Amino acid sequence: MEPIVQYKDVHKSFGDVHVLKGINLDIRPTEKIAIIGPSGSGKTTIIRLLMTLEEPTEGDIIVDGQNLWKMESGKGMKKASEKHLGIVRNDIGMVFQHFNLFPHKTILDNCVVPLVNVRKMKKSEAVELSKQMLDRVGLGDKYESYPTQLSGGQKQRVAMARALVMKPKIMLFDEVTSALDPELVGEVLEVIRDLADNEDMAMVLVTHEMDFALEVADRVLFLDEGVIAESGTAEEVINESDNPRLQDFLRRFRGE
Amino acid sequence: MFDSALNILTYLSQGLWTTVSIFLAAALFSYIMAFVAGLSRMMKNPIIRGVTAFYVEVFRGTSLIVQLFWLYYAVPILFDIHLGSNWIVGVIAIGLNYGAYMSEVVRTSILAVDKGQTEAAIALNLSPVQRMRHIILPQALRLMLPEFGNYSIQILKGTALVSLIGLTDILYYGDIYRSTNLSEGPMAYLMVLIMYFIIALPLIWLSKKGEKIARKGVAS
Ligand SMILES: Nc1ncnc2c1ncn2[C@@H]1O[C@H](COP(=O)(O)OP(=O)(O)OP(=O)(O)O)[C@@H](O)[C@H]1O
Ligand SMILES: [Mg+2]
Repeated sequence: MEPIVQYKDVHKSFGDVHVLKGINLDIRPTEKIAIIGPSGSGKTTIIRLLMTLEEPTEGDIIVDGQNLWKMESGKGMKKASEKHLGIVRNDIGMVFQHFNLFPHKTILDNCVVPLVNVRKMKKSEAVELSKQMLDRVGLGDKYESYPTQLSGGQKQRVAMARALVMKPKIMLFDEVTSALDPELVGEVLEVIRDLADNEDMAMVLVTHEMDFALEVADRVLFLDEGVIAESGTAEEVINESDNPRLQDFLRRFRGE
Repeated sequence: MFDSALNILTYLSQGLWTTVSIFLAAALFSYIMAFVAGLSRMMKNPIIRGVTAFYVEVFRGTSLIVQLFWLYYAVPILFDIHLGSNWIVGVIAIGLNYGAYMSEVVRTSILAVDKGQTEAAIALNLSPVQRMRHIILPQALRLMLPEFGNYSIQILKGTALVSLIGLTDILYYGDIYRSTNLSEGPMAYLMVLIMYFIIALPLIWLSKKGEKIARKGVAS
């Protein structure tokens, strides 16, 4: 099957800091990928490039056959316009570490506003669909609440519902449990597990939840100093690799 | 004593409508300028940004009185541009002046909205205009309310300058009254003060309310 996303020798620098040093990655349409690696290795940056929140300094990202950051012009390729970005990123959704819900809107409107404005859905349909999705993440009794009235775990579940109603082909998760109190992590992981089991979309999870990654991911990438140092099934990467830096990372991670 | 106070108030109230109408029109105009200039200054286009920056700095860097005289006495002769009656010139001068100040309030409030809000809006593929309209501006507005309240009170006070271009506002009638009843001068000006204060009261109340709304804020 054709990959839904391809990174081709992608580099990213912030000023003098060379953060990503040649990322090559194909993501299959239904694949669930977990990205692990030390702090500062570039995990967040990888998915922010795909979400168009950062622009690569070199290389290409192809989404469903279209170059994300470049477009055809009379002579050769040029920097993508806002319109081009809008077309290509239509397939992509993201859930953030700090939720980023819209605080001035109800939970329901957080979902309805993008459906009406971006998907051009009728209000009544958008409301119907949003309610279904909020029910699915366990917030069926909170439609009219505002984000400030919710717990962290509830906020994150709303954020997932909001991304999901848009029916993306690729969903990105950036450490979506790391801002939560430990007792709230489970309810959020459960939603992700449900999606991984029942949805066809590709998922990329940046996560520190190693056991969870092992359980849901078809493939685990170990990112180290801006390159993909290891890639394979969870079993292969977490239990069988003899990469010393990975060993070191896992040891420190398990607090040994 | 009480009689004379009442007398003076009745006399001053001839200028009430001029003061109030100039205030309302100038406030409205300055709010519009604040948003137009505040948003323009954040555009990508360098020409729009440059022109706006020029406007803001010129109007913030010179005094309202001078701007008023320029628009009323100088501009018609120099450029053959006639803005209209002195009422209109007053509204335009005050509106442009305070609009320049308030555009900075608009700009900084927009910048104060958490970056994560824009990022979430991009992730949902809202267009730049939709992001501004549905996500950023509604949150920025709450942050703007207290400052807009304060500036509105200043605009009211600023309207007193229009007597200098021949408009018959409250201060104008106060002056006339004093010059014809010299011994009652202090009383006349006391009444002028009281009258401005009474008009300002609802504004003070509104800006307090605005502060409360802003403080309740928009934390996610
Ligand atoms: N906007 C930015 N400006 C400058 N430097 C940045 C920016 N974003 C990220 N960086 C730098 O890029 C490097 C990689 O950042 P990134 O957030 O991708 O790491 P990460 O693997 O997600 O780390 P963590 O596990 O701590 O979240 C870091 O050194 C970071 O300081
Ligand atoms: Mg990160």
